[in-house]
Amino acid sequence: MAQAKKTERPDGRKLNETREMEAKVGIIKRADGSAMFRMGKTIAYAAVYGPRELFPGFMQNPEKGILRCNYDMMSFSVTERKRPGPSRRGVEISLVTKNALGPAVNLDQFANTVVDIFIIITQADAGTRCAGITAASMALADAGIPMKDLVSAVSVGKVNGRIALDLVKEEEDLDGTTDIPCAIMSRNNEITLLQLDGDISEAELIEAVELAKEGCHKIYEIQKEALKEKYKEIKNE
Amino acid sequence: MSNLMVEEKDVVVPGEILAQGMDFVPAQGCLRENDKIIASQLGLVNLSGRLIKVIQLSGRYIPKKGDVVIGKVVDIGFSGWRVDISWAFEANLSMKEASSDFIDKKTDLTQYYTYGDIIAAQITYIFGSKIIDLTMKGPGLRKLKGGRIIRITPSKVPRVIGKQGSMISMIKEKTGCRIIVGQNGLVWIQGDDSEKMLLAVDTIYKIEEEAHLSGLTDRIKSFLEDRNGSSKKN
Repeated sequence: MAQAKKTERPDGRKLNETREMEAKVGIIKRADGSAMFRMGKTIAYAAVYGPRELFPGFMQNPEKGILRCNYDMMSFSVTERKRPGPSRRGVEISLVTKNALGPAVNLDQFANTVVDIFIIITQADAGTRCAGITAASMALADAGIPMKDLVSAVSVGKVNGRIALDLVKEEEDLDGTTDIPCAIMSRNNEITLLQLDGDISEAELIEAVELAKEGCHKIYEIQKEALKEKYKEIKNE
Repeated sequence: MSNLMVEEKDVVVPGEILAQGMDFVPAQGCLRENDKIIASQLGLVNLSGRLIKVIQLSGRYIPKKGDVVIGKVVDIGFSGWRVDISWAFEANLSMKEASSDFIDKKTDLTQYYTYGDIIAAQITYIFGSKIIDLTMKGPGLRKLKGGRIIRITPSKVPRVIGKQGSMISMIKEKTGCRIIVGQNGLVWIQGDDSEKMLLAVDTIYKIEEEAHLSGLTDRIKSFLEDRNGSSKKN
């Protein structure tokens, strides 16, 4: 029984398969740009505001605008109630999200201003930072911010000694699982986020990153489609 | 060998490859990467000759030199006014540019414009994002008294104005209202008849909503005529 389970994933996916994905753009009316990204049971909402004046003033950069990121999980998003408000984990994920999106955006023409990104996880089933980055990247594009490329993110990992794409909570919680969140700009396969939690050999890591690239290309297509969907009617003019 | 990967009026997302080869030139909203031209913004492709441009479809107003904007006077300094133009920073209207007549240094500046006044002004100079200079010298630039102001998405402003102002002059003609459309998405409307004013407001919101659909001018024309006709009967 245990032997048979080793080759199968809890939701019956193949090792190189992502969960079912859904993306929507422009869902928050008062935001300058917004997006939702769902990956299986993980749901992330992102809202972008700006460019707007940055306070406190000493943080202003007279050469280019800055990016500010805020990641938060709703208290009901996880099985055990999450204490609302910023947490140590939230601050870290906000920082890595900012760093993952930073190389893609170009804020040179918005000196002294800030672009604020708010990411909210309403339902969590592993891979929330990846879903958050994916949603935020769509929201930035929707807000008309100049970007080099869209950023897509997915987690890969080593589950039961095999490299698998897009882990769910059940797999992540297994003993000896290695979790590797990856964010990639698809056009040139530039990696903007690579975190690693667990043990993995060099060869396996390379294999995992290659798998992540493959997954990100699929996510990129979904992002692209969602963005075009919002403005589809213009084409028929 | 150069080849174009997109067509006119295609919706493109940031990072999408628009053309390959050195025969095309990237303009606004695009950038060159080695021999490729890629979109740097979400928008519509516009081709003119060898120039590839991406027209922005969403986002905030970004000030440009020459834009006529509608702003609100928020502060008065020693030598001019600070005006909120719906951008991250306030614009500056100096004494020299505020009026065609000479303003003495000792004059009480509130005589000209005071806190809360709405003005239509033109952007003359931009440096970075903090320094924006306005002028009131120009046709149609003045203090806006009375009327009402509505806010629309800045990227829809060109549709409200229409080709060579065709759309806006049609609304003006049919409703008899005075209308000024600021590039920053603020629209000032003033009319003698409140019902006509309401019609103008509804029309502009309708244009904003249907800006991307074809045959806009005809639809707006019949909308105006319908509403005009029904109000006469009542």
